[in-house]
Amino acid sequence: MFRYLIRRLLWALVLFFATTIVTFIIFYAVPVDPARTICGQRATPECVHRAEIFLGTNKPIYYQYYKFVYRLFPFSFAGGFHFHEPSLGRSFTSRLSVNYVVGQAAPVTASLVFGGAILWMLIALPVGILSALRPRSLLDRFAMVGVLVGISAHPVWIGLIFAYFFGFKLGWFPITNYCNFFNATGECGGPVQWAYHLVLPWCTFAILFAALYVRMIRANVMEALNEDYVRTARAKGAPEWLVMRSHVLRNALLPVVTMLGMDIGLALGGAIFTETVYGLPGLGKTAINAIANFDLPTVQGVVVFATICIIVFNLAVDLLYAVIDPRIRLS
Amino acid sequence: MALLEVNDLKTYFRTDDGVVRAVDGVSFKVDKGQTLGIVGESGSGKSVTCLTIMGLNPRRTAMTTGHAMWKGEDLLTAKASRLREIRGNEIAMIFQDPMTSLNPVHKIGDQLAEAMRLHEDVSRRQARKRGLDLLKAVGIPRADRRIDDYPHQFSGGMRQRVMIAMALINNPDLLIADEPTTALDVTTQAQILTLIERLQHEFGSAVIMITHDLGVVAEIADDVVVMYAAEIAEQGTTDQIFKSPHHPYTWGLMGSLPRLDQNVERLVQIQGQPPSLLRPPPGCRFHPRCPYVMQVCKEVDPELSPAGDDPTHLQACHLDEETKKREAAKLLAGMMAEAS
Amino acid sequence: MTQAQAEAAAAAQATGDELLVVDHLEKYFPITRGIVFQKEVAAVKAVDGVSFSLREGETLGVVGESGCGKSTMARCILKLLEPTGGRVLYRGQDITKLSRAEMRPFRREMMMIFQDPYASLNPRKRVGFIVAEALQVHKLGTDAEIKRRVQELLEVVGLNPEHYNRFPHEFSGGQRQRIGVARALAVNPKLIVCDEPVSALDVSVQAQILNLLKDLQRDFGLTYVFIAHDLNVVRHISDRVMVMYLGQVVEHAYRDELYTAPKHPYTGALLSAVPVPDPEIGRNRKRIVLEGDVPSPINPPNACRFHPRCPRFVEGRCDVEEPELVNRGGPSTHVAKCHYPLERWPLSEEDMRRAPAGV
Repeated sequence: MFRYLIRRLLWALVLFFATTIVTFIIFYAVPVDPARTICGQRATPECVHRAEIFLGTNKPIYYQYYKFVYRLFPFSFAGGFHFHEPSLGRSFTSRLSVNYVVGQAAPVTASLVFGGAILWMLIALPVGILSALRPRSLLDRFAMVGVLVGISAHPVWIGLIFAYFFGFKLGWFPITNYCNFFNATGECGGPVQWAYHLVLPWCTFAILFAALYVRMIRANVMEALNEDYVRTARAKGAPEWLVMRSHVLRNALLPVVTMLGMDIGLALGGAIFTETVYGLPGLGKTAINAIANFDLPTVQGVVVFATICIIVFNLAVDLLYAVIDPRIRLS
Repeated sequence: MALLEVNDLKTYFRTDDGVVRAVDGVSFKVDKGQTLGIVGESGSGKSVTCLTIMGLNPRRTAMTTGHAMWKGEDLLTAKASRLREIRGNEIAMIFQDPMTSLNPVHKIGDQLAEAMRLHEDVSRRQARKRGLDLLKAVGIPRADRRIDDYPHQFSGGMRQRVMIAMALINNPDLLIADEPTTALDVTTQAQILTLIERLQHEFGSAVIMITHDLGVVAEIADDVVVMYAAEIAEQGTTDQIFKSPHHPYTWGLMGSLPRLDQNVERLVQIQGQPPSLLRPPPGCRFHPRCPYVMQVCKEVDPELSPAGDDPTHLQACHLDEETKKREAAKLLAGMMAEAS
Repeated sequence: MTQAQAEAAAAAQATGDELLVVDHLEKYFPITRGIVFQKEVAAVKAVDGVSFSLREGETLGVVGESGCGKSTMARCILKLLEPTGGRVLYRGQDITKLSRAEMRPFRREMMMIFQDPYASLNPRKRVGFIVAEALQVHKLGTDAEIKRRVQELLEVVGLNPEHYNRFPHEFSGGQRQRIGVARALAVNPKLIVCDEPVSALDVSVQAQILNLLKDLQRDFGLTYVFIAHDLNVVRHISDRVMVMYLGQVVEHAYRDELYTAPKHPYTGALLSAVPVPDPEIGRNRKRIVLEGDVPSPINPPNACRFHPRCPRFVEGRCDVEEPELVNRGGPSTHVAKCHYPLERWPLSEEDMRRAPAGV
C-alpha cells in the first residue's frame, strides 16, 4: 500500500514535468513573440530587445524552463538552504504575479465545480437508482431520453439557452458576473448574491455530468441487483430496504465515488464553456484570455494548478477506494 | 404430515421472446430429517423449482401456479412478510458459487450476525458469538480470528462452509442446497458433502440437494426426483431409481456416466441437446432424443404413473412395463459385465 | 486395447518412438516488489519439474485439482506460455527455446481444445472462419479447397456442414465444443492437448464429446494429452494417467494400475472422493476426507508438498526429505512420489493413517 503510494507520487512528479514541458514547447512553437506583442504597433528593435530582457525571453528555452521550476519549488540553495514562497512568475501582459491571478480565479471555478457537483449528484442519485429499480418503466424511459439530451447538448448551447430564457426573457436569474462569497466587490457580495449569480451556471455545468452519472449509476445498480450476494441476502430473509442499503448500494456506488473524485479534479482545471458563457472570471476564462494574449506565465500557471488538482484528487480517490473496498485494502 | 409438500408447481417467465416454461408441473414431498435429491441438467428447472418455493423469483416476470405447503401453509400465496420470516429461518438456501454469493465488502462475521439478527431479537454480541459457534461447527480453523475477515480472504471451500454456517445459524427445518459443490474441487466436494451430512444429523434438518451429479445423489439422498425440461421424468427412493430405473432419460444419464468401477468402450450417449423451454417439443419432451420413441410419444405428454406395482416409484413414459424392466436390467447388467 | 496389450506394445516399442517428451518442465511466474525498479522476490511455481513421455496414438490423462498446474503445463507444452526451465521435445527436436517463427511449422502438428466452449470461440466470427483459420494461416490450400475441408470437418464432428456461416451463439455448448474439436483437427495435427474439454458441459453431452474424441483418435491416429479434474472422465479415455499436485507429478501409471492400486495417498484421497452413482457402494463406503485446502503455489510446503494434508504424514521424514518419483511396487511403469506408499487398495481411513514401517 505504502509502496503503491510512493510509486504514484513519483509518477505524479513525472506527469507534472511532462505537462509543463509540453506547455512550454507548444508556446514556443507558436510563431508569436511576446516581446513584440508588448511593444505593440511600434515595435522598434530596441523596444523589442528591452522587452525580451524584461520578460526573460532572450534566454534559451531550457534556461527559462529551469528558472520556472526553480521559482516554483519552495526551496532555494543560493547562500544556504532556505524556503521561499513558490511563485508561478509574472504575467507577460499584466505584470501581475501569476500566483495572484490564479489565486483570484481558483475560488470562482471551485464555487462552480463543487456547487455543480452537489447539484448533479442530487439529480443523478435518485434518478439513476429509481431507473434501475424500475427498468423500462415510464420514469426509466424519460430518464434515458434525458440522458441522451444531456450528453449530446453542448454546455455552451445549454448555457446560452438558459441565459436567454431564464436570464434575459424571464429575468429570473442574472446572466453574468461573479459575486464574492465573503465581501462585497462592486455591486454584489455575500452568500445569497453569490448563490444567486451561480444558479444558472450550476445548472448548465451540472447537466452533462448528471446525464453521465445517471447512466453510470443506473448500470451499476442494475448490475448489483443481479449479483449472487443480493440473492443470498434475500434468501436470508432480509427486507428489501436492507438489501438495497447494505448490499446493493454499498457495492454499486463504490465506483461512483471514485469517478466523482476524478471528475471534480478534472473540472477544477477549468470549466471553460460554462465560465465563458456566463462571464465568470474562473480558471478557464483566465486561461483562454492568457492564450489569446500569448501570456505564457499565466497559461503555465493555470496548467500547473490544474495538474496539481488532478493529481491530488486522483491520489485521494485511490486512497479512498482502498479505505472503502476491503479487497484492495487487504490484498 | 410432510414438512414440505409441493403440488403441481408451475413457474413461467415472461420474456421478450415469449413465455419460458421453466417449471411445468412438479410435485414431491420432503419429510422431516430426510434428504431429497433433485437431479437434472441445465435447463431442467431444478433450481427454479426451489427458488419458486423460496419466493426468490423476480416478481415482475415470474408467474406461478400450484401449491408449496410448508407445514400446512402455502408458500406461494403467503404474504411477503411471512415469506421473509421463513427464509433464512425455517428454510435456508445455499447456492452454487461461493465466490460470488457473499458480499465482498462486509466481514463474514457481520454477514453471519445479519442472518441471525434478521430473525431473532438478540444483541450484536450474542449474534457474533453464535456466528463463531457455527464457524467452528463447520470446521473453519482459527474461527475467532477469521470471523473478522472478508470473503476474498477465504478459499472456495472455506467460503462454502461460511455459507453453510450462515444457512444453519437459525436451525432451519429445511436446507436447500443448490449445486453446492459443483464449483469446487473433488476433495473439497467430499469435505462439504461430509459436512452437510454430519450437520444434518446434528441439527435434524431435512435437505434438498440439487445437483447434476448422480453420484452425489446416490451417496446422500433418500429420495430422488429426476427432472427433464421442466417436468419430472422419474421419482422414487434412491434404491428404486438406481436399481430399477424406468425412464429412457434416466437410463441415458446412468449409462453416459463414465464410472470408476467399469470399463466401457463407448459411453451411452443421448443424442441432441436439451430442448428450448420457450417452445418445448409436443408430446413427451424427451422424444426427440429418445431411442425408444413411438408415435404416441410425439403427441401425448406422458403423465406420472407408478412403475409396476409400486405407487411410491413414479415415472412419465409411454413404454410398457416389460420393455422398461428389460431395458433397465440390460443397462445394469451391461454396466456390471464390463466391470473388470 | 486392454492394458496387457498396451503394456506389450509399450515394451515392444523402444524409445525413439516418442512423439512428445517433457523433461523437468518448469514454469515460474515472478512476483515483484519495488517502487521504481521491480525486483523479483518470489515466484509462483506453477509447474515445478514435470517429466513424461508420450508415444504416438497414446492418451495421457492428467488429473489434479485447481492450482496443481495442469493447465499451465498444457500451455507450456504447446509453447503458448514460455517455459522457464526444462525441455520440451517434439519428435526428438527440442522446441523449448524456439522463436515464434521457428515454432510455426510445429504448430501445425500440435493443437489444443479448450475448456470453455463459450469463451474460446470468437463470437464475431462465423464458424467457417473459426475452423478454417489455421488452414489459412498455414496456407494449406486454395479458398475453395479450404472451404471443402471445413465442411468435411464439420461433418466429421457431427455438425451440419451447411451451418458453415453461422455464429457461435447460434449453437449449444456441446455443439460449440464440437466446433472447437473441428478447429483443432483442421490441420491434421498429430498431438491434441485437451484442456478440460467436457467440464463445462452437461452430463448427457459429455458422453457425446468423449465418444467423438475416442472415435477421432482411432480414425486419425491422434495422440492426446487429456487434462481433467474428473477422475471418471480421465479413466474412460486415457491409456496412462498422471496425477499432479502443486506443480509436481505425484503419481504416474497405466490407467488400470492407477485406479486399482494407487500408491500415493493423494491419489487415494482423489479416488475416494469421487461420488459413485451406486447407492449400495455410496452409502457404505467411508470417504477419505483430507484436511484443509490446497496450499498456494507461492509458498509450497517443504520436502513432500502433500505432507500438511496427508493422512499418513510421518514427522521427521515427510517434512524433511523430498521423496523421489520412482517405482514403489507394482509394474515398473508405475511411479509414485511418496515415502510411505499405500500398501493396498481400497484402504479405509484408519489404515490410511497407519503408515507402514517405511520404504
